[in-house]
Amino acid sequence: MTLSKRKKMMGLTGLIMLLAIVLLPMTGYISTGFADTEIKQVEIKVEKTNPRADYWRAVRNNTAGYTAVKGRETGELIQGSGEVWRQLRNGPIATYGSWLIGITLAVLSLFYMWRGRVELIHPRTGKTVERWTLNERRMHWITAGLFIILGITGLSLLYGRMVLIPLFGHNGFSAYAAIAKWVHNILGPVFMVALLSMIVNWFSNNFITKVDIQWFKEFGGMVGDNHPSAEKLNGGEKIWFWSLTTVGMLLCFSGLVLDFPNFDQQREWLQLSHLIHVLTAFVLMSFAFGHIYIGTIGTEGALEGMVTGQVDTAWAKQHHDLWLKKLEDEGKAP
Amino acid sequence: MARMKFLCDSERCIECNACVTACKNENEVPWGINRRRVVTLDDGLQSEKSISVACMHCTDAPCQAVCPVDCFYTTDDGVVLHDKDMCIGCGYCFYACPFGAPQYSQEGAFGARGKMDKCTFCAGGPEEDHSHEELDKYGRNRLAEGKLPLCAEMCSTKSLLAGDGDIVSELFRNRVVRREGRGESWGWETAYND
Repeated sequence: MTLSKRKKMMGLTGLIMLLAIVLLPMTGYISTGFADTEIKQVEIKVEKTNPRADYWRAVRNNTAGYTAVKGRETGELIQGSGEVWRQLRNGPIATYGSWLIGITLAVLSLFYMWRGRVELIHPRTGKTVERWTLNERRMHWITAGLFIILGITGLSLLYGRMVLIPLFGHNGFSAYAAIAKWVHNILGPVFMVALLSMIVNWFSNNFITKVDIQWFKEFGGMVGDNHPSAEKLNGGEKIWFWSLTTVGMLLCFSGLVLDFPNFDQQREWLQLSHLIHVLTAFVLMSFAFGHIYIGTIGTEGALEGMVTGQVDTAWAKQHHDLWLKKLEDEGKAP
Repeated sequence: MARMKFLCDSERCIECNACVTACKNENEVPWGINRRRVVTLDDGLQSEKSISVACMHCTDAPCQAVCPVDCFYTTDDGVVLHDKDMCIGCGYCFYACPFGAPQYSQEGAFGARGKMDKCTFCAGGPEEDHSHEELDKYGRNRLAEGKLPLCAEMCSTKSLLAGDGDIVSELFRNRVVRREGRGESWGWETAYND
């Protein structure tokens, strides 16, 4: 090998080595290249936001700070959910709640005009059987009375400003509302106890059976002239029982949250409980109208069962035939 | 007519709580109630900021909208006041208020709420100006005396500003321009539409 050729080789090798020294460490960038550009973009985004704006965003998100003033949620500067609560209460709930009550009453009146009273087919036998014991009737009427009082006082708080202030004036309505609020708060827990005692006492009578499904298929004899079979309680009564057990309990528990503010519930809880309380109350009120209709003017002989405790055997045969049969088998019927 | 507004300059508030004390003393605020409070965010960190907050006297006041007995009214000065004789203590204004302004004296067992109490912008209440009843129920009526709320008057760093909204925002704008920072008129977005 000539000297010049050797020098050339050395130069070339040196150049390759130099390139390798510079380039080889950079191969790492190839593998991380894509991920790296993504990270850089994120970093740029963070830099672009205004730290002060981020700070105020934290305030809006109910971030609590320190305050020397002790009390419920005093560390929060702005609490946003109250606005949602206000919009829901003053908007859809007040509007559609009144629609629900109005439509229920209208449907019941139209039904009465079309179907009229469900009369007894066979004449009264004069013989009676005991349908509700004295304690059951007490339980029912205490719960019913409380339900009506709570319903009226509760609706007064929601619609009083719209309906009663124009009638009684501001001071007159305020005097009534103060009493209404007090009565509602005191009787609410009493209602809960009454409702619970009904649920416990009547629980075993209320399991839905095949008889009830057939009863529903025939619309409980409300439409047409046939009278589907029923046990002591028919399908409709059982549905009313289970709505009171589920929706009613939800109503009671949400009421307790509102009734006892001494546990320092947060405002979110109070707002949510209030919404649940109003919605469940409207559902039960519309059901109650149906229940009252069927129990009074809708059916001949139904009310006397809950008033006197005794029903005529003709009525029992027509509406609760399986129950009467059971009583006869047990020898309890005359 | 002036439109009264509060503004707390968070760059200036040093959390001395003089506004809280001044308010409590001037208005003889009942035990357990503070009409104004100072909240410190990021306490102890470099980004620490304090803000004094009370009723902001909102344009479309949520408390007013939800009150079942309609006891709130807005004065010609844009101050939101309420009639304690009508208040039934239902708590709805407390649910609705974004600033946590309404508070209740405890009346009876289980935290039963008494009459609601909140900042009056030192403007008293519906009773006759400077009457004993007004002082008793709502505190001093400084606006009727031609004065502004004492919390802002007492503020050692002039962080808390109270008065005609136009003048307040003019003052604040000048400050922001001078210190070449971004301005944040705290809570105005929530409270005022005008």
